[in-house]
Amino acid sequence: MRPNLAVLDVSLIDRILQEAFSLLMNPGVKVGTIEAAELLSSGGARLENGVAHIPEWVARRALQSVPREFYLYDRGGHAAVHYGGDDVHFDPGSSCLSILDPDTLRPRLAQSRDLVRLIQVAEVLPQYAAQSTAVVCNDVPSEIGDLYRLFLVLWYSHKPVVTGAFSTSTLQAMIDLLVADSGGGEALKWKPRAIFDVCPSPPLNWTDFAAHNLVVLARAGIPAELISMPLAGATGPVTLAGSIVQHAAETISGIAIHQLASPGAPVVWGGAPAIFDMRSGGTPMGAIETVMLDIACAQVGKSLGLPTHTYLVASDSKLADAQAGMESSISAVLGTLAGINMISGAGMLDALACHSIEKLVLDAEVIASAQRMVAGIGTPTETLATSMFAQVGLQGEFLKLKETRQLFRGEQHFPSSVIDRSTRPEGEGEVQGDAFSRARERVQELLASYSELEFPGQTRSRLQESVSRAAERAGLVTLPGIPVNELQRMQGSAAI
Amino acid sequence: MRDEALRAMQASIVNGAPETAAVLAQDALTAGFEPLDAINLGFVPGMHAVGEQFAQHTLFLPDMMASAEAMRAAMQVLEPELRKRGGERPNAGTVVLGTTKGDIHEIGKTLVGTLLTAHGFKVHDLGVDVASDVFVANILKTGADVVGISALLTTTMRGQKSVIEAIERAGLRARVKVIVGGAPVSRRWAEEIGADGYGQDAASAVELVKGLMHQGVHAG
Ligand code: B12
Repeated sequence: MRPNLAVLDVSLIDRILQEAFSLLMNPGVKVGTIEAAELLSSGGARLENGVAHIPEWVARRALQSVPREFYLYDRGGHAAVHYGGDDVHFDPGSSCLSILDPDTLRPRLAQSRDLVRLIQVAEVLPQYAAQSTAVVCNDVPSEIGDLYRLFLVLWYSHKPVVTGAFSTSTLQAMIDLLVADSGGGEALKWKPRAIFDVCPSPPLNWTDFAAHNLVVLARAGIPAELISMPLAGATGPVTLAGSIVQHAAETISGIAIHQLASPGAPVVWGGAPAIFDMRSGGTPMGAIETVMLDIACAQVGKSLGLPTHTYLVASDSKLADAQAGMESSISAVLGTLAGINMISGAGMLDALACHSIEKLVLDAEVIASAQRMVAGIGTPTETLATSMFAQVGLQGEFLKLKETRQLFRGEQHFPSSVIDRSTRPEGEGEVQGDAFSRARERVQELLASYSELEFPGQTRSRLQESVSRAAERAGLVTLPGIPVNELQRMQGSAAI
Repeated sequence: MRDEALRAMQASIVNGAPETAAVLAQDALTAGFEPLDAINLGFVPGMHAVGEQFAQHTLFLPDMMASAEAMRAAMQVLEPELRKRGGERPNAGTVVLGTTKGDIHEIGKTLVGTLLTAHGFKVHDLGVDVASDVFVANILKTGADVVGISALLTTTMRGQKSVIEAIERAGLRARVKVIVGGAPVSRRWAEEIGADGYGQDAASAVELVKGLMHQGVHAG
């Protein structure tokens, strides 16, 4: 059996949905664009001063047309991420401001080369089914910061991408990049490579920016992931149950806008709800109540049969230290048990503000353990134990058994060198380094094992062409993060 | 009697009890207190105690909110009376606050506003997604001493610079101190764009504004 975790019972889910539907009518939902408001009104909602009052039947109809599952594809066209059912995937956290410098142990503004390293590490770690646009590069003009991250990911990775736009104007440029990557709009729609996070503003507000992007994504057929983020006690009710209701109402209203714009377009019941820390005013992503909220919100989405997402495996610690290990491990295991389709947040520190490549490597270990956990306790042999005992009797030499040799790889997960399981004869001096220093070494190993990717046909030239337009407008003369000789080589071959 | 009344006023703030605070303010006037005495010796010490207990982690943000509310309730009773007698509400300074254009993050900015209010500043919170000219118009309208600009996105951080430029264009730069904050903002960035100060969190924002008011007084 697959061990499963539920934090809400059926009757509580019912109450949550009932209250969520009632919030959609009263007070209703603020909608920031005329277009989205008109979509809702054409679907049956009542509009009043920029607020849509959405009857339950309108919301339910929208929920009906959402695809129950869909895939994200890698560059080779293989289905690499399955949104639906209990499948669980992980991607690194997104959009960090800074990166933890492993030498000084201080956060510093991230540069393109940091993002490139992060992408390369995530590319070779099988625990990450998808990439994310993980940090904003400080050596790139900020007005194209969001799209440039996507460019670098597409340049250096074959995996699907979880991304997001920071404004309405850059979304189209990001879509253009993906179209260039896929070789056409239809190809992208047919086999989407990326999904975009879109955030309502709590409470119950689809701002012009979010509402606009939601409609654009729906019409382009590019998957959208709704990231409702009530902060319990500040921008949402202080009770976990109350904030779960708000999350449901925000998400359902987003789905209504989205499905009215394009019925059947892929959309995910996502989220990053958190408690609000009553001392610091912060948004503690590592708090156990945050984990409870995230899992509960996903459970509500699953009860409706929808694909799910949440933000876990992130820590509030400023270092990849014991606190980071505790917080990330708890949430990785619980999120996996809850069967959430995409879990974003690995590598993140400081309440989503800072990334650490070393932490990404450490988190991969707990993710692998969690994945082992849900693979469950199997029964690969006809009798569970008796036939093996029949062979070894009370001698107990199981190590010599052919079953042992045949089955141990399936029974046990083998961690990387980051995890120290060595048996050290007593009294043999000092322990050599801690997990963080082993993670630092492993980052170097992983980077060395990343080899340049093979690209079909003209993909890289198309990507370069697409980004160059935006880059030139922003005043960039080079493309940070891409070796100059690589660009020259490409230009040379293009000239021929 | 008098001390007891003052202690009760202080307690109404610490307990975050607006109704009690309003009643006590009214009682004080009836009993012949000078409004300024009720404020400075009764209610304001309550706010100081709240600040201290917050720093010591014995009071939390919701307590702080309630105390600020109680303070407002007391002032609502005392201020008209004060004005009638030709007095002025003690104002530590006037602050215009907002989040830059294109940015909807409001929690940090609102927290800064709450704490400043609690420390006696008059705060005009312009909300989020605020254009530079709106900042300028409100500086003019309120005669602000300090303008606080919040930004949470690397893309909207530049908006802080635009606001400063707009303030310069309007010829107000010498009249108003500019402070900036928000997760992506650093002291270095603040210096680069010519701000007068950077605050890492709400508590340091209060110290910052206090310091700048002090400077302003001496410079003026
Ligand atoms: C909560 C949150 C949201 C909420 C905001 C809710 C609200 N009503 O405010 C929602 C969900 C709406 C949201 C939306 C988005 N967010 Co957001 N958000 C956050 C988060 C997790 C916490 C921010 C917060 O409230 N912190 C708590 C407060 C108390 O702290 P604070 O804001 O830093 O304020 C303190 C200090 O900075 C200082 N301070 C603040 N302002 C000022 C001003 C002055 C004058 C002074 C002196 C001091 C000062 O004092 C404050 C109190 O101590 C941050 C991550 C983070 N750790 O910062 C991301 C984060 C800022 N968001 C991010 C992003 C990407 C977005 C979106 C673009 C996502 C999307 N794709 O749609 C949208 C933004 C849309 C837009 N155009 O604005 C990124 C920024 C990336 C970047 N490189 O710029 C971050 C870093 C998270 C991440 N890694 O993705 N977000």
